[in-house]
Amino acid sequence: MIQSLLIANRGEIACRIISTARRLGIRTIAVYSDADAHALHVRSADEAVHIGPSPVRKSYLLGDRIIEAARQTGAEAIHPGYGFLSENAAFAQAVIDAGLVWVGPNPGSITAMGLKDAAKKLMQDAGVPTTPGYLGEDQSPERLRAEADAIGYPVLIKAVAGGGGKGMRKVDNASDFADALLSCQREAASSFGNDQVLLEKWVTNPRHIEVQVFGDRHGNVVHLFERDCSLQRRHQKVIEEAPAPGMDADTREAICQAAVRAAKAVDYVGAGTIEFIADGSEGLRADRIWFMEMNTRLQVEHPVTEEITGQDLVEWQLRVASGEPLPKAQHELSINGWAMEARLYAEDPAKGFLPSIGRLERFDIGPAYRVDTGVEQGSEISSFYDPMIAKLIVWGPDRDAARLSLAATLERTVIWPLKTNAGFLVKALHHSDFAQARLDTGLIGREGDALLPAALPSAAALEAAAARLAAPGPMAGFRLNAEPRQDGWFLLDGAPVKVALSASGECKAGRSVIVAENGQSWLLTPWRAGGQGGGEASDGAILSPMPGRIISVAVTAGDKVTKGQKLLTLEAMKMEHSLVAPFDGTVAELNGAEGGQVSEGALLVRIEKAVEN
Amino acid sequence: MSGPVLDTKLSTGAEDVRANAAHNRALVEELREKVATAAMGGAAKARDKHVARGKLLPRERVERLLDAGSPFLEIGQLTANGMHHGEVPGAGIITGIGRVEGRQVMIVCNDATVKGGTYYPLTVKKHLRAQEIALENRLPCVYLVDSGGANLPNQADVFPDREHFGRIFYNQAQMSALGIPQIACVMGSCTAGGAYMPAMSDETVIVRNQGTIFLAGPPLVQAATGEVISAEDLGGGDLHGRKSGVVDHVAENDEHALSIVRDIVSTLQPAPTIDLNLRDPVPPRFDPHDLYGVVPQDVRAPYDVREVIARIVDGSEFHEFKALYGTTLVCGFAHIWGMPVAILANNGVLFSESAVKGAHFIELACQRRIPLLFLQNISGFMVGGKYEAEGIAKHGAKLVTAVATASVPKITVLIGGSFGAGNYGMCGRAYSPRFLFTWPNSRISVMGGEQAASVLATVHRDAEKWSAEEAEAFKAPIRRKYEDEGNPYYATARLWDDGVIDPAQTRDVLGLAFAATLNAPVSERPSFGLFRM
Repeated sequence: MIQSLLIANRGEIACRIISTARRLGIRTIAVYSDADAHALHVRSADEAVHIGPSPVRKSYLLGDRIIEAARQTGAEAIHPGYGFLSENAAFAQAVIDAGLVWVGPNPGSITAMGLKDAAKKLMQDAGVPTTPGYLGEDQSPERLRAEADAIGYPVLIKAVAGGGGKGMRKVDNASDFADALLSCQREAASSFGNDQVLLEKWVTNPRHIEVQVFGDRHGNVVHLFERDCSLQRRHQKVIEEAPAPGMDADTREAICQAAVRAAKAVDYVGAGTIEFIADGSEGLRADRIWFMEMNTRLQVEHPVTEEITGQDLVEWQLRVASGEPLPKAQHELSINGWAMEARLYAEDPAKGFLPSIGRLERFDIGPAYRVDTGVEQGSEISSFYDPMIAKLIVWGPDRDAARLSLAATLERTVIWPLKTNAGFLVKALHHSDFAQARLDTGLIGREGDALLPAALPSAAALEAAAARLAAPGPMAGFRLNAEPRQDGWFLLDGAPVKVALSASGECKAGRSVIVAENGQSWLLTPWRAGGQGGGEASDGAILSPMPGRIISVAVTAGDKVTKGQKLLTLEAMKMEHSLVAPFDGTVAELNGAEGGQVSEGALLVRIEKAVEN
Repeated sequence: MSGPVLDTKLSTGAEDVRANAAHNRALVEELREKVATAAMGGAAKARDKHVARGKLLPRERVERLLDAGSPFLEIGQLTANGMHHGEVPGAGIITGIGRVEGRQVMIVCNDATVKGGTYYPLTVKKHLRAQEIALENRLPCVYLVDSGGANLPNQADVFPDREHFGRIFYNQAQMSALGIPQIACVMGSCTAGGAYMPAMSDETVIVRNQGTIFLAGPPLVQAATGEVISAEDLGGGDLHGRKSGVVDHVAENDEHALSIVRDIVSTLQPAPTIDLNLRDPVPPRFDPHDLYGVVPQDVRAPYDVREVIARIVDGSEFHEFKALYGTTLVCGFAHIWGMPVAILANNGVLFSESAVKGAHFIELACQRRIPLLFLQNISGFMVGGKYEAEGIAKHGAKLVTAVATASVPKITVLIGGSFGAGNYGMCGRAYSPRFLFTWPNSRISVMGGEQAASVLATVHRDAEKWSAEEAEAFKAPIRRKYEDEGNPYYATARLWDDGVIDPAQTRDVLGLAFAATLNAPVSERPSFGLFRM
């Protein structure tokens, strides 16, 4: 067994790997960029090496620098995690060439699977089903028709030179094929000057099914069953589960064996995932599940497999990398219960899921079955890296138990001020199609706005929070010779909101209260004018504070400026004075140029305020 | 303190009780309507114009200034009610005590929808009364200024005298000298003498392109010197924020300005803690709304005032003093909203014994530093040869001396009649109670209308020649005049009190008022005038 390990990654996966390595008594070495100097993975490791500035290309993607760090610290092995350099065959080779242990497959396997077309061919040769299709020189209607029959309907006819949806025909029945082909060829000829077409299997109800495989250096390959990652948003997995709903034993056996064959075809060593696309329109059937690609690394969603099999996949990786045989034989592995994982992102569903950047002032997941995270309260979420802040994993005896438990966990999360997708995940988990396992990769795209969480907390949640701020007693809102005033003004995330005040609130004096509901959080504060500072209101006229000389002008008339932006610099009394924009706006007037003398009180710049939308 | 729990003899189903309740509820209904009407401020047109300028209505300004959930104890809701042809509801100014940033403050807010917020004689009186309350109770003052200054047609009753317009600024200086914060927020005009309102304040805010401060407006300037200048250039936010330094903060709008005021208040020292024997408040055992059934329809009808006390004090607990002596004045200790109070309540005509008992009890309260509450329902001191001979005048004087020189805060509620020297002995307005409120059934005059008419008829030189009809024709207008002038709305319009209150709210009003008094220190040792023995 290796004695020391450098983790060439960051965030939750670095922490995840460190925790297993520590359990196995392996010394751990973290690497970090400027932005991660105080990150959890750095503090969790036994040692840490700074490898460069914050951008990944100047730090986490610098293979040489990382190998150098391993040398410096005497690390025996390098674990790449996922992403970054994990599927970089050249880096894998460099690690091996440096005399270090590479926790991953042979560089050759990475290369083989990296070329998607070649990989598909390799799989076909190994007897692994691939998405049926035809792309051939023979464009005779007879041949095409025969190929279409072989593929099975519905079939998609596509112009080889096509694009933008032009020259595409979906054919549902064999009898329609000839007409559709003719019209497609005509359109292709007129649009692209090339009537060549290709045929593809139309996947009516696509589901993403993947199989976890593991190989060792002794020629053993096992699978650890499948996962279902059909719930996706823009090809990003959102919720993953294992096993796949609706998977019967025969089908499972068929695709898992296909996956093992695939791994063996590339002499696979270590953790890998074979991704399939399944047509779920008539349930999962072995003849409707096709190979898509292989990921030659540990997957983000590996914990669901761990939870149903009771195995620690990182431990398996480290043992295999150390040359040990696989810890379990195939017959020793079985599925127990159901596991589900949600990826918690710092992003704002209300703003098109834009990353939500900043400090996690509050990060409280509450009681949870398993949380894999690389952050903690007080951590910074920067724009340099993926904004995933945690993976919430639950286990239950069956799918519904796991699903409801995951939803409950998400509902309890309190994260502020960053926005997260927790509320969105809760709605997805409660969606009737997902609840009844009517899965396909288009579900989120189709449901769109219906899955967006509420923009505002419920009146009840607001009232409860307001009661904590306003400390209303029995005399709350007393008005002489009138009914009591039973509402008050507050700010919710800076926007004025009128909230009913219950007479029997909890009497707590505080400056602000986090309103948490269904995984979403807002900050309720005592009323203040929205977003405006005290007494700094300016009319936008920038006057010269004293007689002096302009030594630099940073803007020109018509420029858009933001609050605090430097406009010009004045030299007076042997001192430099920077004049800055008082608010966001446009330079409406600019008087004076570099070198110009100005008198006290002279209007130098006038900023016109940007109109708030 | 703890004391026995008062019992009630009130049977809510009894016919007379139900009749009382119906009568008193109707009075409260009338009160609420008057208050709601006055609270509207100026006419709809004036209000619309105000809002169209981007200004918050004055009551909304007050609401936005207050902490959410804060009580607001308004002072002088019905000032000027029925006067000046009904054109100046509330005298064009809103005054009251509320909580801002956790601090009790006195808010004085001009209503520009009422005659441009100009100062009528009663506007001045109400403003001064608010300042007096602030001074006596050490409450920070927040002035939300939006006023054209003195009402020129009424200048003789507004400008020259001691208790006129100039007194406002005198008070500001005096309070500032005592460390009572003076904060002004200029949200509209602030012209001529009004300009001193912010200038005399400790810290000031102005709303840009809305608030103006100048000694003379553009028309007067042009008339005087020929200078043509816009109001904003003459005294707007920018001028005063950047050049003159008359204001300290420039705000974008009303909301912003009020939030700056809140920030300013948050920098003040917290109110001093008072070493009184406070305890957790508990509601009375008997519903305050039953007071409607307790109070008789006729102010002359007797009833046991303990029925009132039982519906005001915490747990209806009342530690009565000298229950068997001088029984027409009920004295005892209790708590209201957790604060200890020493109560003197009339239960009939004041005799020598009751006066002496009252004086003794006030001495006790001052020794123990317990604030005084007077529940006034008094037709006067007993008259007649026997009583004069036993010295009721000197015994009454003992009570009046004790009341006048008591060193603890005093609050008075007129729950019934307030006639003659009884008003003095029971801490009428002249005896400077910190607050004085009245019930809608109350009556106040030097004597009852009937007595006054009889006295005047008796002393008339032709009285002996009158027939019964002639005597009645003489007496009727006197009775009517007394009835009119003794009416609580006549009184409150002239600020003889701080407001007419719904009897069912008495406990809350007293809770807020006593809490306000706790902002000022209570002197350690009483110091009474000479008691005539």
